[in-house]
Amino acid sequence: MASKTMRSMRTPLARVRGLGSAKEGFHHWWMQRLTAIALVPLALWFVVSVAGMAGMDHAAAVTWIGSPAVTVLLVLLIAATFWHAQLGVQVVIEDYVHGEGCKLVALIAVKFAAVLLAVAGIVAVLRVSFGG
Amino acid sequence: MSADRRPLSPHLQIYKPQLTSVLSISHRITGIALAVGTLLLTWWLLAAAAGPDAFAAVQGFLGSWLGYLILFGFSYALMYHLCAGIRHLFWDAGYGFELETVYKSGWATVIASAVLTVIAWAIAIASA
Repeated sequence: MASKTMRSMRTPLARVRGLGSAKEGFHHWWMQRLTAIALVPLALWFVVSVAGMAGMDHAAAVTWIGSPAVTVLLVLLIAATFWHAQLGVQVVIEDYVHGEGCKLVALIAVKFAAVLLAVAGIVAVLRVSFGG
Repeated sequence: MSADRRPLSPHLQIYKPQLTSVLSISHRITGIALAVGTLLLTWWLLAAAAGPDAFAAVQGFLGSWLGYLILFGFSYALMYHLCAGIRHLFWDAGYGFELETVYKSGWATVIASAVLTVIAWAIAIASA
């Protein structure tokens, strides 16, 4: 009930609406860490590999991308990268974009862009790998 | 007490920049930069799938001064975000919260990210 002393920083309206933990925070947090751990070796492998072939021509790139281990690692790199990226950008948008409409549009755009780029990248790798 | 009269913490410019706060916001900035940089990775892969002409166009762009500038920024942002991310993982596991350790790991992040970037470019220059 209304009292002169404030017991909580949450407004009564927020409590009524049930805003707060939707019990999905941990999953977001965990997937961000899981993809981060995966990206440590994957990113280092990718940088060392492409640095070692600096200025490569198309034939060299196709040979490299098409070798089985590289194909697998590139698909994993792309999946982990975009999963991790959209989780991180989501948090930044939620922190800094305050208009509810803008926030929703930005979140949808980021999620769609991440899926689009990830699928495009994976399909490109597989086309090269399978000689399509 | 109405919601709009609740106390607010001071705004960011009140605080003196410290290693801890600068590294913290740098982690976010490099994260956003890397997210934008994935466009380059996707372009490169799509070009490889499209054929020699498209691939030569990407490689030509990456070999220009603007391309080198982007690649250098990309590589440093990646190495910084990777090192700072590992620091975050240690915090997540509950280690390294003592003030002295926080500063040591902070400087270690700065140095390691610079060293890793130099190593990556040394490999690139040696094999170009």
